[in-house]
Amino acid sequence: MKILICISNVPDTTTKIRFVNDNTAFDTNGVQWIINPWDELALTRALELKEGSSGAIEKVSVISVGPQSSEPTLRKALAIGADDAIRVNAEPKDAFAVAQQLAEAIKDEGYDLIISGIESSDYNGAAVGGMLAEFLGIASVSSVSGINFESGGFQVKREIDGGSEMVAAQTPFVAIIQKGVAIVPRIPSMRGIMQARTKPLKVVESSATDNLTEFVDYELPPAKAACKMVDPENMKELVNLLHTEAKVL
Amino acid sequence: MSVLVYTENWDGKFKKLSFELVSFAKGIAEMTGTSVTALSIGNVDAEELNKLGNYGASKIVEVKDDRLNHLINGAYSSIISQVAEKEGSSVVILSNNNTGKALAPRVSVKLKAGLVAGVNALPSSANPFIIKKKAFTGKAFANVKVKSDKKILTLNQNSFGVKESGGSASVEAFSPSLNDADFKTEVKDVHKVTGKVLLTDAEIVVSGGRGMKGPENWGPIEELAGLLGAATACSRPVSDEGWRPHEEHTGQTGKIIAPNLYIAAGISGAIQHVAGISSSKCIVAINKDNEAPIFEAADYGVIGDVMQVLPALIDAVKSFKSEN
Ligand SMILES: Cc1cc2nc3c(=O)[nH]c(=O)nc-3n(C[C@H](O)[C@H](O)[C@H](O)COP(=O)(O)OP(=O)(O)OC[C@H]3O[C@@H](n4cnc5c(N)ncnc54)[C@H](O)[C@@H]3O)c2cc1C
Ligand SMILES: Nc1ncnc2c1ncn2[C@@H]1O[C@H](COP(=O)(O)O)[C@@H](O)[C@H]1O
Repeated sequence: MKILICISNVPDTTTKIRFVNDNTAFDTNGVQWIINPWDELALTRALELKEGSSGAIEKVSVISVGPQSSEPTLRKALAIGADDAIRVNAEPKDAFAVAQQLAEAIKDEGYDLIISGIESSDYNGAAVGGMLAEFLGIASVSSVSGINFESGGFQVKREIDGGSEMVAAQTPFVAIIQKGVAIVPRIPSMRGIMQARTKPLKVVESSATDNLTEFVDYELPPAKAACKMVDPENMKELVNLLHTEAKVL
Repeated sequence: MSVLVYTENWDGKFKKLSFELVSFAKGIAEMTGTSVTALSIGNVDAEELNKLGNYGASKIVEVKDDRLNHLINGAYSSIISQVAEKEGSSVVILSNNNTGKALAPRVSVKLKAGLVAGVNALPSSANPFIIKKKAFTGKAFANVKVKSDKKILTLNQNSFGVKESGGSASVEAFSPSLNDADFKTEVKDVHKVTGKVLLTDAEIVVSGGRGMKGPENWGPIEELAGLLGAATACSRPVSDEGWRPHEEHTGQTGKIIAPNLYIAAGISGAIQHVAGISSSKCIVAINKDNEAPIFEAADYGVIGDVMQVLPALIDAVKSFKSEN
């Protein structure tokens, strides 16, 4: 069995968001890039599954569509424990194009389980995993909060309103994960960092894509009015404000 | 030509979410000079279906099939695409909830339609089609142009509101053509918790952070939530510590919610937490540290110890309830 994790390279979650060129581009100046938090959890879980599989899961690979500047993020994934990495050499413009690139790069590679995150923390597309499954003509299970490997197959737990379901899917399939598959992301060990330098990182040239959407420009949310302070001894006043001013009670 | 909206049901009933989607679809139909067709999958009775007319649907396409009792992404997205083709729909609308996130990307590929996920308002222009969406996990908005003829949008819950237009709709049954390839997943087991207000549906949310000190102190949070008909939530370390169930974890890596009122007790207001709650209409923060960043996100703030403020707030809500 082979597992593939789709990795999105995103700004660190504490990044102050600014735009340049008349608000048409994200200001990448001084930005720290990280593995999208979901993808980091997916990788963590995949490694746990591999380690517990007595060899049945041979390999955990990672793939990312991005320019050369995104390679450190893939190296980090290798340092965490992925066996090999693929970078599709293309600027990730929109989810549709990214999914097309991914599908083209992996269609003949025989991965049994492909994992993506529910959304990238930058463009919040919430789309690549589902699109990839459709391009490959395979099943997808979304809102996945747990993945197990038992008697040679994968079982996933899916969150539904007010509960959860256990779902069996025919391999290959795409699991689109959210919170729960792993709690604490694994961090690279010293040994992992050393090994990562020599692990294979393959660069694949980009393929043709359709361009259906375009980010025209950006806005920052309007500044919030100052917080109104209420005396802790006067909760009646707070309830009154919530009722008459905010009109939420 | 029409705007197609997928209206999800819960055990045969629609929720406010479904009516909000239809209201939003009606807004787009008015901008583009078309009408709204609503698609319902599953067993929903005629009276319930007819409610959709009141929010602007002029036609309802109904699909019933016993194989569709659980969400199966392949089959559901195939049905939505077939109905969109049949109706000549130029815009397809779903919710930006778990179901919409599961289906919209697949429909996008099937129809070769540009997808904009997480919109909050009508497009700023219909031609070219430009619409605003959330980006950078709530820290910014992006204006996105959709260049394909067909477009797919997913709407953030509680962002547009419900608008009654007082119309009525015709209902038409549709039998989709489905094959085995559409059913590659199988639900083995269902586990449901009942009787709780769902976090993503709740109008009011009472949430606790590490400042609550331990799971044994959650009594006031639950009591206040009970009084207000609210759902309970928490910050990430609280669920990581196992003080509260994971479904309650709110923020960038947990649930993203937009209630009318969010009460944060003993939560510092880290950027990743605020990312999940910043769309709330009104935020109340209770924290003993007057420099806690949560006060920058909040509308009303109380500086004090949660263990004193919460019981006082509970008393004030009780007397408000008895007077109103
Ligand atoms: C990639 C990433 C993703 C993350 N995603 C999330 C997420 O989705 N959601 C999330 O919540 N966090 C997330 N975090 C964690 C986040 O950065 C914070 O660590 C977390 O939100 C802090 O939780 P807290 O406010 O409960 O605890 P703390 O930061 O410990 O704050 C406790 C607060 O309680 C106050 N307090 C203490 N005692 C009292 C008292 N008696 N009365 C009143 N106030 C009191 C303190 O003044 C303090 O402000 C993420 C972090 C990373 C790196
Ligand atoms: N450029 C990319 N390369 C590889 N995978 C990606 C890329 N962008 C997004 N993904 C995957 O798709 C998920 C959802 O991202 P998105 O649809 O962009 O919100 C991410 O968590 C990744 O698993």
